[in-house]
Amino acid sequence: MDRKRIKFKKRLGFLWLCKMAWRDSRKNRSRLFLFISSIIFGIAAIVAIYSFRHNLQKDVDEQAATLIGADLVVRGNDSMSAGSKMIFDTIGDRRSTERTFASMAYFPKDSGTRLVQVRALGGDFPYYGSIETTPVKAGYSFRNGREAVVDKTLMLQFNAKVGDSIKLGEVSFLITGSLDKAPGQTGLTSSVAPVVFIPLQYLEQTGLTKTGSRINYNYYYKYDKPVDIKAVVDKIQPLLGREGMNYDTIETEKDNIGRFFADLTRFLALVGFIALLLGCVGVASSIHVYVQEKISSIAIMRCLGARASQAFLIYLVQITAIGLIGSLTGAALGVFIQRVLPIVFKDFLPFEITVSISWPAIGQGLALGLIISLLFALLPLIATRKISPLNALRISDASNSFIRDPYAWLVYALIVLFVTGFTYLQLGYWMPSIFFTTGIIVAFLILTAIAFILMWVIRFVIRSSWSYLWRQGFANLYRPNNQTIILIVAIGLGANFICTLSFIQDMIIKRITLSASGNQPNMVVYDIQAQQEKSLVSFTQQRNLPIIQRVPIVTIRLQEINGKTSRDVKNDTTLHYSRWAYNSEYRVTYRDYLTESEKLTSGKWIGKSDTANKYIPVSLEERFAKSVPIKLGDSLLFNVQGMMVPAVVKSLRDVDWNRIQTNFRVLFPTGVLEDAPQFHVLLTRVPSKEASASYQQAVVRNFPNVSIIDLQLVLAVLDDVLSRIRYVIHFMAGFSIITGIIVLISSVRISKYRRIEEAVLLRTLGASRRQILTIATLEYFFLGALSALTGILIAIAGSWFLAKYQFKLPFDPDFLPAVIIFLIIVIITVAIGLFNSREVLNKPPLEVLRAEVE
Amino acid sequence: MNTILDIKNLVKTFKSGGKTLTVLNDVSFSVPEGSTLSIVGPSGSGKTTLLGLCAGLDHASSGFVELNYVNLGKLNEDKLAQIRNKFVGFIFQNFQLLPTLTALENVMVPLELRGERNIRPRALELMDKVGLADRGHHYPSQLSGGEQQRVALARAFSNQPVILFADEPTGNLDAETSEKIETLLFDLNKEAGTTLVIVTHNADLAARTQRIIRLKGGSIVSDEQVN
Repeated sequence: MDRKRIKFKKRLGFLWLCKMAWRDSRKNRSRLFLFISSIIFGIAAIVAIYSFRHNLQKDVDEQAATLIGADLVVRGNDSMSAGSKMIFDTIGDRRSTERTFASMAYFPKDSGTRLVQVRALGGDFPYYGSIETTPVKAGYSFRNGREAVVDKTLMLQFNAKVGDSIKLGEVSFLITGSLDKAPGQTGLTSSVAPVVFIPLQYLEQTGLTKTGSRINYNYYYKYDKPVDIKAVVDKIQPLLGREGMNYDTIETEKDNIGRFFADLTRFLALVGFIALLLGCVGVASSIHVYVQEKISSIAIMRCLGARASQAFLIYLVQITAIGLIGSLTGAALGVFIQRVLPIVFKDFLPFEITVSISWPAIGQGLALGLIISLLFALLPLIATRKISPLNALRISDASNSFIRDPYAWLVYALIVLFVTGFTYLQLGYWMPSIFFTTGIIVAFLILTAIAFILMWVIRFVIRSSWSYLWRQGFANLYRPNNQTIILIVAIGLGANFICTLSFIQDMIIKRITLSASGNQPNMVVYDIQAQQEKSLVSFTQQRNLPIIQRVPIVTIRLQEINGKTSRDVKNDTTLHYSRWAYNSEYRVTYRDYLTESEKLTSGKWIGKSDTANKYIPVSLEERFAKSVPIKLGDSLLFNVQGMMVPAVVKSLRDVDWNRIQTNFRVLFPTGVLEDAPQFHVLLTRVPSKEASASYQQAVVRNFPNVSIIDLQLVLAVLDDVLSRIRYVIHFMAGFSIITGIIVLISSVRISKYRRIEEAVLLRTLGASRRQILTIATLEYFFLGALSALTGILIAIAGSWFLAKYQFKLPFDPDFLPAVIIFLIIVIITVAIGLFNSREVLNKPPLEVLRAEVE
Repeated sequence: MNTILDIKNLVKTFKSGGKTLTVLNDVSFSVPEGSTLSIVGPSGSGKTTLLGLCAGLDHASSGFVELNYVNLGKLNEDKLAQIRNKFVGFIFQNFQLLPTLTALENVMVPLELRGERNIRPRALELMDKVGLADRGHHYPSQLSGGEQQRVALARAFSNQPVILFADEPTGNLDAETSEKIETLLFDLNKEAGTTLVIVTHNADLAARTQRIIRLKGGSIVSDEQVN
């Protein structure tokens, strides 16, 4: 034959590849779907959250006006000066004024008292949306008489009805409606401080606006014709700065809400992404096993003349198709789950969310599913390129050269890049994204290392004196074709994630509960005017209640830092003092000792001084000082209600803000502020619910302007809030749990194909039903136990790290949930393992071999 | 007669446990076009390794393999695959059908790999020749060992190879089925005029070829014409 006639083709024949992929999948479809099912819930979570975000953005755009209720809102801690008011009165076509503050409400019908958020409203606000009440007309009509609209849960709590009365300070109001919803109000804010609307014209009569009361002033403006609000804001900006006020427009509200929910949905998407990554571990392991089983087929094809790239592409096409199906299924599920999310988040949302199909979200989910399933499947798939046709003649190990394969490292690099890139898209910052990716890699490496160590240790644990069944069950953990590493990584990651959440949650709740127990104060009485303080102290003592702490509070502003004013900072870009440090109002106290929640970190604490000192030695909270930034020795000039007080920073303190008590960023020594206008806070401890109720009623009757925080109630509210947050976290963790279970099922199911041959062989050699079951039970019990234990151990280490360095909490988690998670994993693993073995037990060996192995 | 397979000074070594193991040592022979040859020898004598090298499944450590005038030593894996597809047919001891393809699809694969069209009639004709015309839609697991090997025979001849390599083609079959497969193999070979190289332990099968090469310890110990 003429050697010139030999020409080598380059064409790959894509259609043939698709045809072969289709043919090859025919006997493997259920298995392939099992592989890819691991990513379904991850994709579903991401599509649901993206759809939710998309709809939320749309709704924020459409409903922002009703959230703010006006075109412009100006807010401040003080009323406007007369001069400024004249200018502000020229803004808008319609105006409303509101004063809001916390106060005690008294329900005469059952003598109940409760801290509420009073909103004293004058004008027609809201101009967009409405104050939704039952009956409807009460939302507007209460402004015309001595009437109040009261939060519906508060009404329920005190069994109040429309027609009853509520007393605020000196004035009783007729309740004409229960409040369902007000602009910008969420279910959560109303549970912390339930709202009571009253007409502004009755505010003075209540006597609640005396000196010392902390009142917020809101001014609402509405234009009847379209106006450039930004230009209006630009015009009044200097005035706002002078008055120490800030503003909101529909646009800024959109930004604020958008930003908050963007952060929330990014976090949730990241949680979904973890579920997806977990699923991908399952995909990679399944495909690895699948490829191992395809070595012979690939070798035959190579013998028949298929190129390495053709063999590789046949399986790549197959995985792509099945990845697409998995992503489509996940996306469809995500669309369904999306309908549940508004219900889950309803307490956090200030408006109704519409539910519609978001095609961009579905598109993103599909692309993500496809990319990630391909990337993770590529790892085992690239090994197919190395399968020699010689395998058709005799088996050789194709995985030997895998580590040295540069393409394997390329795929690893692509995975790391993709995970970092995707995390960056969620977080918007590189460093946290790199930390997140590194954390995942470290967790993977630790789990893999532990799996190797355990396998190595088991070899030495097995004793020849053990019965054959025990030896066989144990040995299956390290023998060729074992599933130990992949199960420990996949299940370990899932168990780790879920347990860490559980531990941290438990520690935070314990910490809060602790602060309310023992001899800690559980009642905070505040807004006490200077002349009321002594009589309230004796009033409290007469009722045999301890005075745990008496705290005077003075309101001051920061005028200068090292001689530099806010204006200097604005004009000189080399000065880096935060502007907010100058604009904020500080509530400070003076005393000659440090409390239990304070720890001196640097400098010297000076507890006594007098006004003769040129500089008053003050102590700053460390984090506050850092954020301004202010150092030890810096000089400060405080404006104490008109009087300038020079001070020097003599010490820095670490303050435990987790304790429910009065804590301060700026602490003065005694001998300086005693004569400044001030109000007081008193901390006491009441022994019971009844004592609390009777004390509150008595205080409200005798000192109507004084407010009380009942920590038991706060704890109840906090518990409620935490349980809602817990619900959201559990909801999201649910995706990881389900993915973990699917990975567990698919991993154990895959091991079936590996174990079935030897089980049939044992059966052929005469092994009894009990013996086969015992071997399977032992193997899967140890697999499940090792996987769960490893994951939980890492969770303990991770929680300890988070508790110590992130939350600064003592590490004392409740281990019961971990024990339950451990047992569930073990039971599921053994159950699936035994389920796999049933076929071997119920059918003739040859039939099983023909059906499964071929 | 033209030489279809030319082997010169072939050496194949493997590294094992730090030592070099010589499996084939200075093997030389040539095979004329259209002839039949069997390679026999005890287990571990290097028969299968030699077959793999002749068929372009592996590269020699040194020496020269020319198949159908193509020097295989100079070709990369992909080009070797195309050589196999164009010129070579295979029959394996354990049949090596693709388990996920039907019998007919297994026969069609080599032709599909060549990019040929309208291959179904040819595949059906071959299935008919091996007596399995009505079993084309069955999967390998639904066929007996003998039937599987007959499908493998049909597949081996489907691309009209110039040379056919058979590795213990009857090693997994009973005597009666073996006889039938052997007859079919030689009949098809005669009809197609294909060169046939068989690796076998079976003396009767070897005796049906024109020439027998005996291997021992990786070297040729005898090379005799039989028929």
